Amino acid sequence: MTPPTSGMTRRHFLRVSAITGGGLLIAAHLDASGLVALSDPGTPGSTVELNVFIRIDPDGSVTIQAKNPEIGQGVKTMLPMLIAEELDVSWEQVTVEQASFDPSAFQGQFAGGSNATPQNWLPMRQVGAAGRAMLVAAAARSWGVSAETCRTQAGVVHHDPSDRALPYGDLAGQAASMPAPELDEVPLKEPADFRIIGTTVKGVDNHAIVTGLPQYGIDFTLPGMLYAHFQKCPVFGGRVVDANLDEVRAMPGVRYAFVVEGGEALNGLLDGVAIVAESWWEARTARNALQVTWDEGDTASQSSEGFREASRELLGQPAERELRGDGDVEGALASAAAVVEADYEYPFLAHAPLEPQNCTAHFRNGHLEIWAPTQTPQNGANLVASTLDLDPDDITIHLFRIGGGFGRRLSNDYMVEAARIAVEIEEPVKLLWTREDDMRHDFYRPAGFHRMRGGVDSEGRLTAWHNHFVSFGSDGRFAPSAGVSPNEFPAGFVPNFRLESSLIPFGIPTGALRAPGSNGLAFVYQCFVDELAEAAGADPLQFRLDMLAHEGEDPGQDPVRARRVLERVAEVSGWHDQGLPEGTGKGLAFHFSHRGYFAEVVQVTVSRAGDLRIDRVWAVGDVGSQIINPGFAEHQSQGGVLEGLSQALAQEITIQEGRALQGNFHNFPLLRIQEAPPVEVHFVTTEHPPTGLGEPPLPPVIPALCNAIHAATGHRIRSLPISKHDLSWG
Amino acid sequence: MPIRFRVNGRETTVEVQPNTPLLWVLRDVLDLKGTKFGCGIAQCGACTVHLNGAPARSCSTPVGSVEDGEVLTIEGLSPDGTHPLQEAWKELDVPQCGYCQAGQIMSAAALLQDNPRPTDEDIDAAMAGNLCRCGTYLRIRRAIHQASGTTAADVEDVEEAR
Repeated sequence: MTPPTSGMTRRHFLRVSAITGGGLLIAAHLDASGLVALSDPGTPGSTVELNVFIRIDPDGSVTIQAKNPEIGQGVKTMLPMLIAEELDVSWEQVTVEQASFDPSAFQGQFAGGSNATPQNWLPMRQVGAAGRAMLVAAAARSWGVSAETCRTQAGVVHHDPSDRALPYGDLAGQAASMPAPELDEVPLKEPADFRIIGTTVKGVDNHAIVTGLPQYGIDFTLPGMLYAHFQKCPVFGGRVVDANLDEVRAMPGVRYAFVVEGGEALNGLLDGVAIVAESWWEARTARNALQVTWDEGDTASQSSEGFREASRELLGQPAERELRGDGDVEGALASAAAVVEADYEYPFLAHAPLEPQNCTAHFRNGHLEIWAPTQTPQNGANLVASTLDLDPDDITIHLFRIGGGFGRRLSNDYMVEAARIAVEIEEPVKLLWTREDDMRHDFYRPAGFHRMRGGVDSEGRLTAWHNHFVSFGSDGRFAPSAGVSPNEFPAGFVPNFRLESSLIPFGIPTGALRAPGSNGLAFVYQCFVDELAEAAGADPLQFRLDMLAHEGEDPGQDPVRARRVLERVAEVSGWHDQGLPEGTGKGLAFHFSHRGYFAEVVQVTVSRAGDLRIDRVWAVGDVGSQIINPGFAEHQSQGGVLEGLSQALAQEITIQEGRALQGNFHNFPLLRIQEAPPVEVHFVTTEHPPTGLGEPPLPPVIPALCNAIHAATGHRIRSLPISKHDLSWG
Repeated sequence: MPIRFRVNGRETTVEVQPNTPLLWVLRDVLDLKGTKFGCGIAQCGACTVHLNGAPARSCSTPVGSVEDGEVLTIEGLSPDGTHPLQEAWKELDVPQCGYCQAGQIMSAAALLQDNPRPTDEDIDAAMAGNLCRCGTYLRIRRAIHQASGTTAADVEDVEEAR
């Protein structure tokens, strides 16, 4: 970020800070200097930048910068909606542009953690409102009236007492010379006055998408661009010993083939062989001729089966660490009317976004220009700068619409690979991975193993909860996304509670997959709650409502909000309706994550032979006071639910000899259209600031599905994927 | 050895190895970037085009086998993006990340050519080869119904339930 200096006296520099639910300090910059520098206010007919987000043309059309990466979460439409609302223009006037990565202009340019809504809800509206205030001030001055007597509507300033009106396009030049207001003092609309927020606005790129216009990183080209493949060791972190580079160089179209020496960190640049050719297919063909001798290292002895055996051993011993202990779990279990013990586990998962990893890079005159589909451009710039010993000021990153994120593109391994190749050859080059590269070099959702014990008293109340969680990591530290919060529900809602962990050291790269942590924990916890409800002879809904009947200790988990989504999903799903046919059952679950509350009911029908059909899903969410873009909110929630089903039904990455076995969609199946059930989505609005929808709809559907299978067949699903279970009954 | 075929109605000649997949010829030789690479083994459908009127996975179609053939890509589906499917896709706001949608629309267009009034089952059968990682299937089904003037079974259910 560049601080204002005396050399920037004409620059009016404003910042706003807002403490969000996550306690993050967010700033939006309003830099009114752009218009002074770029356009002369006295010259009619020029385009004016009101600030870094807003550009107004003389014809009144408004261009709004979308600062964050769009990965399918709808943020390229949603953030500009917030600005347009308070600028008080009609959406039809608005054109949206994807901003490049520019930390001197924008803050928080990343996609992850369902953070865009909570972090930008206030500052983006303030940005729009500040622009509006400058336009109103310009109109008031030209009319010689006070700004307070003016109003705006759909891109026009009105002065009703004198029946005068001026469109924004006529005012923009003068507005540019108005002082920009303090952002935290600029008035914002009352929600009742919203004209854009709360209406369904369709995706700004829809036309480009359905007509096939190039807009993803994979589509980007430069004149004279070459194409690269990068072959890493199938065993994570393995080293190149030798490679038949001369043979590869002799293949048609190949321009370069060289060994890249990487580092130790699995999330950085790893050893490999780069093949650069005149076309991607030629590089692909040349790769078939590549033979590498690898030093596979210690990880080559690791496997999913070995991890399972290690977990059994650890579960048979006292846990390594206690993460939380409340009351007296052993005493409560000893006096319980019923005790339930069960082992749960879930596998490694790949992200498999449909656009394979890619990055275009060009290094010349000491400057590295990068075009990348990344969720975290700042992290990418840092990684590239530190790995290649470049000054961050010598790196430019351009962003694209991204063909799926799901957390995979929080890591920038493909970016540093492309950058390394570009620095070597000093020619424009696009690195594009194959699907197999992607699936076998992911940052996997870590597997997990849980030994659960719980007790209910004679009145059916949950009195004891004990989880020994065997996860991955070393030296008492969880591997990325392999941890659990000591406050994870039901912590604080059970009087006698113990959460413990033991860790398996390993060499497999792991990372955040949509609803990280929650996508595994919700399965275990909400299925085990169902087992406890059964032991208590209680209705699964009522048992959960009883658990939530008092205030929890974790301020993040509000039992009132959790109860309300549960009650509502029971209503919309007809939870209490009797008379489901034999082989049909409903299951229920709820989960709180990423500031959002979701309760979901799944209905399944299972044939006697064990064929599973998912009949319908009902989802109820509470993400605060305002659903910003209702049509897309429904759509995003349905997507989260269907992804959860996809994970639960048949997905698994198996580690064998230190490498990932699955390589493509034939053995890592995604849900297909004929498997997708109707998903009904409802929202409960509450007096809390709006929060995001990328993650919270996903976790509950997995346990709700497993609980439904139990209701239909009597089978408890204690390990995923479901495809490994025989569901036949009767 | 030049290979001649028609793409979106235009005569085209390319000089590449005949075993080069049509996908890479479209994308990197002819600069038609709408057809997408997703898996390379005909598992995801992102690369779907029409070959002589039938849907084909261009990632697994050697360009040599297309000689004298007629290829239609998303760029040629309509002159201005107003094919009924494209209109329905925009109207129902089908895309999330959007990456698979060109392939989805091409499969759907082939379906409607053969079967102008498909049922849910017809749609599921015709679209089973197209993956959507974001899970936009429910709207894809609705959009195909809308473009063909039919009604989805689940929409009827929901409306009945209400």
